Amino acid sequence: MADDSISVKLYCKTNQLIMDQYRINHLKELEAESIYVIREVAAQFENPVMLFSGGKDSIVMFHLARKAFWPGKVPFPLMHIDTGHNFPEALEYRDRIMEETGTKCIVALVQDSIDQGRVVEEKGVNASRNKLQTVTLLDAIENHKFDAAMGGGRRDEEKARAKERFFSHRDEFGQWDPKNQRPELWNIFNGRKNMGEHFRVFPISNWTEMDVWQYIYMEQIDLPSLYFTHKREVFNRDGVWLAKLPFMQLKDTEKVETLDVRCRTIGDVTCTGLTLSTANTLEDIIHEVASTRTTERGGRADDKRSESAMEDRKREGYF
Amino acid sequence: MSGKESGYLDMELLRFTTAGSVDDGKSTLIGRLLYDSKAIFEDQMEAIERVSERSGHEEVNLALLTDGLRSEREQGITIDVAYRYFATPKRKFIIADTPGHIQYTRNMVTGASTANVALILVDARHGVLEQTLRHAYIASLLQIPHVIFCINKMDLVDYSQETFEKIKSDIDAVSSKLSVKDIRFVPISALKGDNVVDRSEVMDWYDGPTLMYLLENIHISSDINHDDFRFPVQYVIRPQSAEWPDYRGYAGRIASGAIKVGDEVGVLPSGFTSKVKTIDMMEESLDVGFAPQSVSITLEDEIDISRGDMLIKRNNGSEPKNSQDIEAMVCWFNERKLMPRGKYVIKHTSSDARCMVTDIQYKMNINTLEKNEEDKEVGMNDIARIKIRSTKPLFFDSYSRNRITGSIILVDEATNETVAAGMII
Ligand SMILES: Nc1nc2c(ncn2[C@@H]2O[C@H](COP(=O)(O)OP(=O)(O)O)[C@@H](O)[C@H]2O)c(=O)[nH]1
Ligand SMILES: [Mg+2]
Repeated sequence: MADDSISVKLYCKTNQLIMDQYRINHLKELEAESIYVIREVAAQFENPVMLFSGGKDSIVMFHLARKAFWPGKVPFPLMHIDTGHNFPEALEYRDRIMEETGTKCIVALVQDSIDQGRVVEEKGVNASRNKLQTVTLLDAIENHKFDAAMGGGRRDEEKARAKERFFSHRDEFGQWDPKNQRPELWNIFNGRKNMGEHFRVFPISNWTEMDVWQYIYMEQIDLPSLYFTHKREVFNRDGVWLAKLPFMQLKDTEKVETLDVRCRTIGDVTCTGLTLSTANTLEDIIHEVASTRTTERGGRADDKRSESAMEDRKREGYF
Repeated sequence: MSGKESGYLDMELLRFTTAGSVDDGKSTLIGRLLYDSKAIFEDQMEAIERVSERSGHEEVNLALLTDGLRSEREQGITIDVAYRYFATPKRKFIIADTPGHIQYTRNMVTGASTANVALILVDARHGVLEQTLRHAYIASLLQIPHVIFCINKMDLVDYSQETFEKIKSDIDAVSSKLSVKDIRFVPISALKGDNVVDRSEVMDWYDGPTLMYLLENIHISSDINHDDFRFPVQYVIRPQSAEWPDYRGYAGRIASGAIKVGDEVGVLPSGFTSKVKTIDMMEESLDVGFAPQSVSITLEDEIDISRGDMLIKRNNGSEPKNSQDIEAMVCWFNERKLMPRGKYVIKHTSSDARCMVTDIQYKMNINTLEKNEEDKEVGMNDIARIKIRSTKPLFFDSYSRNRITGSIILVDEATNETVAAGMII
């Protein structure tokens, strides 16, 4: 009896040790999941593309894609939907990374959509090309005959995104029907579709902003300098700090100041709020994220337009 | 940078799902967990305060945090699976918040498929109802290793120990019919916060752990099958570059078990055997790879292997079944009913095949747990035991042994929709 219980205990103990040895932390598990999704895209689709904005989420996603196919090259091109309203640092970063990794990056210009009369530019001081990107994106997907477009959207960003699938089906108009989504179970992804339809795939769906920063730190991923503190000419609009760049229209009451700021997300300049911050290392940023009390999208004017602004844009085919 | 300073780099990931009927307090509970663990940001809080005020709620309606789509907010119910995230110093949590009504059984099944833990809410005023049994059955069917029954709204029954004990013994009586490894009970008030994150001051008769303590400490690393090495090949990496002229890596996610460099592996379906040369994760070469890592494996011998094949370790006696005939419990997801002798696409790990449903053995009445062998019409949200014959052999384990190599989905060829999820018997 006594011997039995000792050996059972020993067995449990060794078993426990074996299990603890076969344990990975949350970042490694998220990484494994995302790599699995990216490989699944390469295997299930004929002509996939990865959307690349130069923001930290797409930088992480691209890093994961390189891991997924190493030592081979990433077997699909990247595509940047360019509003023309960029931080120059973001473009420099994009071009440098593409060159260093020998990856092809297609640039689709919102300006072209405007010139072709596919979209009409918004007017007024709050004019933004953010919404126009949807048309440029859908046109580019159609012109290049892409059947899957991977994006760096995360479910924790916004409540409409919280219901998004990893493999998100789009009809021939590129639209999302949130109430009629395919169920997604275990790790089996159904990428079957009819001609003319496509998929949006979100490999980092399960990552939070904090996970992204911790992962960048763990992997020591190179980022555009915009994410770290720098002095910049900014002005305040409705509580949000915006960059004073040539194409920004200021109201009479808005005054330009030079402050220590950094980007928390990088998007179209007209709607990307800057954070007042002196964080200049990844450690500083992680501290800052850990203690911040607003979401990263809190700084984005495009989401403030209404309670369901994101859901509406996503239905139409936004990222 | 220490663990604390780095914002906790070394956390374990735990996925849980919530089940409960409309108004049992699921959304409130999740809101409470997020709120008390400080995962809610000021701007999110302001947004729900605005909406709560507009719709005339007195207290801030924490449920609004999870009800994401406009139609859900308008109707005040959860209609789809929503994923939520929060973290404590110990763990990162992924919540699949699913609706509880019978017409959403399929959503519950979806949320349950990846969960380590299921939280089942019971309204203390109503006790064990038909739906409690149904939720417990789904947790058991999907083999969620840990189930925590949260007896909620204790504030509305005077925090009565008697009420709690009665519900607990009622659940114990039915759960003996189910196969859940680990069952726990916690008396809570999601609204007031008792025993959710902070210990209840009123229920001093309860000396068990709070819900958050359980979520942070339940042992989950043994939930994965660490015995049987299974590696469905997802993609073949062949750079054919000057630097890597001969590299041929089999890329995939280890479904279960572990593998070392030098181990002998079998290849299915060809039956060949080879030895592991390297286990790669970018520049990092591993000595041992284990589930759930994504790796690229190279072998000593040149063998023709492609997506859909599987590498296995034979030495511990358990090999996957290699067969065209599969028996499974399926949950039906689609408005178009299961067609007896109908043809579908079956997806299993990285392989796809066409298949036919050759027999419907019985339908499960998930409210009473009785088998119905008379009415075999399988429609949306029904659960049934069926036989399938696929056009090519699949290599599978029973779902109870392996959640990855034991699961399938069926796809309708006409609409491309996922119409069923199956657990192989
Ligand atoms: N008194 C009390 N009310 C609760 C409790 N939990 C939830 N409620 C209320 O029950 C109602 C339904 O809650 P909700 O979270 O929307 O339930 P769900 O349908 O399961 O998501 C709401 O009015 C909540 O305020 C509790 O612990 N005590
Ligand atoms: Mg709810």
